[in-house]
Amino acid sequence: MKRVGMAWSIVVLSLTCSIATMASDGGWLRKVPQSERSRANPYSGESDAIAAGRVLFTENCAQCHGVDALGRHGRPSLRSERIRNASDGELAWLLRNGSLWKGMPSWTTLPEPERWQIIAYIRSLPRNDPSATAAAHP
Amino acid sequence: MARSLHPSFLIPCGSGSLSRSLRRGAILKSRSNFRRNLPGQFIFPRYVILLVATLVLLSTPRLVRAQEPPYFVTYSDALEEPGNLEIATKNLAATPKNANGFESTTLELEYGAKAWWTTELYLQGQGTAGDSTVFTGFRWENRFRLLPTEHWVNPVLYLEYEDVNGADKSILELTGHDSHADLQTRDAEGKRDISRTMEGKLILSSNPKGWNVSENWIMEKDVMGGAWEFGYAVGASRPLTFSGSGQTCVWCRKNFSAGAEVYGGLATVHDFGFNNTSHYAGPTANMSLPHRFTVGLSPQFGLSSDSAGVLWRFNFAYEVQQFRDLFRGREAQ
Repeated sequence: MKRVGMAWSIVVLSLTCSIATMASDGGWLRKVPQSERSRANPYSGESDAIAAGRVLFTENCAQCHGVDALGRHGRPSLRSERIRNASDGELAWLLRNGSLWKGMPSWTTLPEPERWQIIAYIRSLPRNDPSATAAAHP
Repeated sequence: MARSLHPSFLIPCGSGSLSRSLRRGAILKSRSNFRRNLPGQFIFPRYVILLVATLVLLSTPRLVRAQEPPYFVTYSDALEEPGNLEIATKNLAATPKNANGFESTTLELEYGAKAWWTTELYLQGQGTAGDSTVFTGFRWENRFRLLPTEHWVNPVLYLEYEDVNGADKSILELTGHDSHADLQTRDAEGKRDISRTMEGKLILSSNPKGWNVSENWIMEKDVMGGAWEFGYAVGASRPLTFSGSGQTCVWCRKNFSAGAEVYGGLATVHDFGFNNTSHYAGPTANMSLPHRFTVGLSPQFGLSSDSAGVLWRFNFAYEVQQFRDLFRGREAQ
């Protein structure tokens, strides 16, 4: 009986690890419609929007992605090359729809201007700290 | 829900206007008698504690905004963020017709199991002036997002099991022929009437231009028997401002949401409709407080002769962000 329990534990643990790994594979990028990719951030580069985005990020995003946006507990860094290379429209699509099967909720409870402000803030962040990259990307 | 509000040890629920007339006749309280038993007499200390706690919280302007719409009965498509635990009390105070004033408190533990699945446990109780304070039962509910991406209308499936007795006065929803007469039951009698029901809701929610518009269609059945009962709830709300600011403040508009909701029963499968059903409507608002606290308030007014006059609802919630991380090793960080 104990062996069966242990086998189940291993299966569940493996599945959990697989899901955690898939969560940072960027698969959501393939789902973004072309019309969404080209959308521009109306607040791009605005210092007020970046300041507001910083507050919103701290309130809503930092719990999973860390105050420094480098990721926590296997959740992806928002200062990675993948995020830096994604367009504003792609990030807006991700915030609106989430990636539910991979742990990212939909943020439609935030009005659209606030979601753009968060994107403006993420864009203002420096590149990944190389020493932190390994820890942030499982 | 219907059984929890009906004194059905006397008369089976869903038995129409005759049963309500009989129940009303059984209550022989004079108006002057229940005026002496206003709920304020016994809930006053709780309000004072709440007020003091609120003032202490307001003294430190570190905010985390609540993002959920400010509804008390209506559900939207907003689920708890995965890993977060929300601890809340949903409270209701009222002085219904021909009954003593009461204050019902429901402790709510809401956990985001997945980004598409939220599970909640409710523990319910109430205190009635001139009667008693009793634990009335529990509910376990689960909400599942049905579609992986956002659409014009986002459906959420709600499944609940509840085990409550007839003394329950939480009115977390209305189904069947629930009416103010159900609130007249003496606690000792109501406690003997235990009902175990399965409830399903189809939650339809839209987020047009920063607003939230949600509709809930409710169906419920007592597992011990009885007819299917139906109900509805509809709400609309919006934050007071659509864009954030870099300032951290307590009383600024970004910390408030406001809206309105209306809900009621739709009778049973045998007599579907509005006859002999109760309905309520009212404005609703909530405010984010520092340190992840949220408070909400809503006066809700009875719309039919089967409704109580006014239900005063308020809630107080605290969110533990990433509760599951508390159980992870330091090295995992």
